[in-house]
Amino acid sequence: MAPLVHLEDAGVSLGGKPILRHVDFELQPGQVVGIAGPNGSGKTTLIRVLTTLLRISEGTGSVLGADVNSDQVFRVRPSIGMIGHNPALIGELTLLENLIHIARLAGVPEERVGTALEVVGLDEAADRLANASSFGMRRRIEVAHLLLTRPRLVLLDEATSGLDNSARELINALRDRTVADGGGVVMVSHDQKRLAETCEEVMGLASGRLVSAQ
Amino acid sequence: MSFWGQTLEIARVDLRVERRLGDTLRIVLPFAVVALMVFPLSLGIELAVISRIGPAVFWSLGILFGMQIALRQSVADTQERRDLHALLGVDPAARFVGRMLSGGVLMLAFLVVLFIAMVLIYGPTLPPGSWSTVLVGTVLFSIGLTELGTLAGEVTAGLRNRTALASLIVAPLALPLVIGASQSLEALSRGAGILPWVLLMLATDLALAVVGVGLARPLEEATR
Repeated sequence: MAPLVHLEDAGVSLGGKPILRHVDFELQPGQVVGIAGPNGSGKTTLIRVLTTLLRISEGTGSVLGADVNSDQVFRVRPSIGMIGHNPALIGELTLLENLIHIARLAGVPEERVGTALEVVGLDEAADRLANASSFGMRRRIEVAHLLLTRPRLVLLDEATSGLDNSARELINALRDRTVADGGGVVMVSHDQKRLAETCEEVMGLASGRLVSAQ
Repeated sequence: MSFWGQTLEIARVDLRVERRLGDTLRIVLPFAVVALMVFPLSLGIELAVISRIGPAVFWSLGILFGMQIALRQSVADTQERRDLHALLGVDPAARFVGRMLSGGVLMLAFLVVLFIAMVLIYGPTLPPGSWSTVLVGTVLFSIGLTELGTLAGEVTAGLRNRTALASLIVAPLALPLVIGASQSLEALSRGAGILPWVLLMLATDLALAVVGVGLARPLEEATR
């Protein structure tokens, strides 16, 4: 089966400074891989490469069959979902309006928005402005977004940081559903212990180099 | 979702955000109307002079405050929101046109109210039936300035000091619009033809639209 992600000797330099070096990485369908590393080790840069939003300066790579340095990425981007450091919501819209906006742009029937809100436990807070919602609530909306759009590749960048147990459970449910659908999940965190509990393989990232940690 | 579906969705959300924040109609517009009153208050009851300078003051304030409206949305655009739209498969050109559409509506509403206030305060001499011609000029000016603001926002996305840089891009490039708009109003007051000035603004608008739509994707990719 073709891998969801394949990076070979990949490197990224930003402003002339190497951030990632000689990265070899592969993610198979149904696989959950964790990447642990200290702050500044290049975790977020690697995630941005996997989203195809950042191109590689060296080596080769493909995500969902698209060469990461080609225009093929525009075709596969809607099949990639990410939860990053800062929730990507429009602060002046309510939580419900944010999800409707996402559903419309993704071509998902709006009727499913209500169910997604219920699943993440925010059906009663739907009319709250995103700016006036807690970090945890905004995170839950991001989970609802990925439950709605069902991407094949899910990238979680410190997604569980600052969340309570019930919100963490939602992220675990998202991970399980993605795997069950034949997709893949990459989880990035500085907390190697937590990654080891939730991922079948954990790799380490130090000074831009990826090494096996388990 | 189709290109126009994405465009309308982006515009719809921008206008809803504006309705909640009220930046244009509750903050920028009242200041612009107050600024309109500065000249008559300074010049006293020199009615002939006031009537003559009215259109010039209108366009001066139109470009000054209009730039704030044009750059408002672009500056509020965050990297996270740009990433979200990219991963939802939104066409960057649809984003550009959607932004232009919502910004154009706000700009037009702003300029129409400012123009009415100018007519009431300054009483300029305009030939009867010239309102439709004024409206055409205002629409073309609104579209052009919004296109410029959106384009400048895209060029400076991800840069520090992007507000200052975007203003530096918009100011010189807005000259054909300012010349076209002010000269058309001046020509109207003399009873002369305004076609050359309308054509100047139309050509500028079309050129900016072609550049904006054509460069939307490369610009979005280059500014990540």
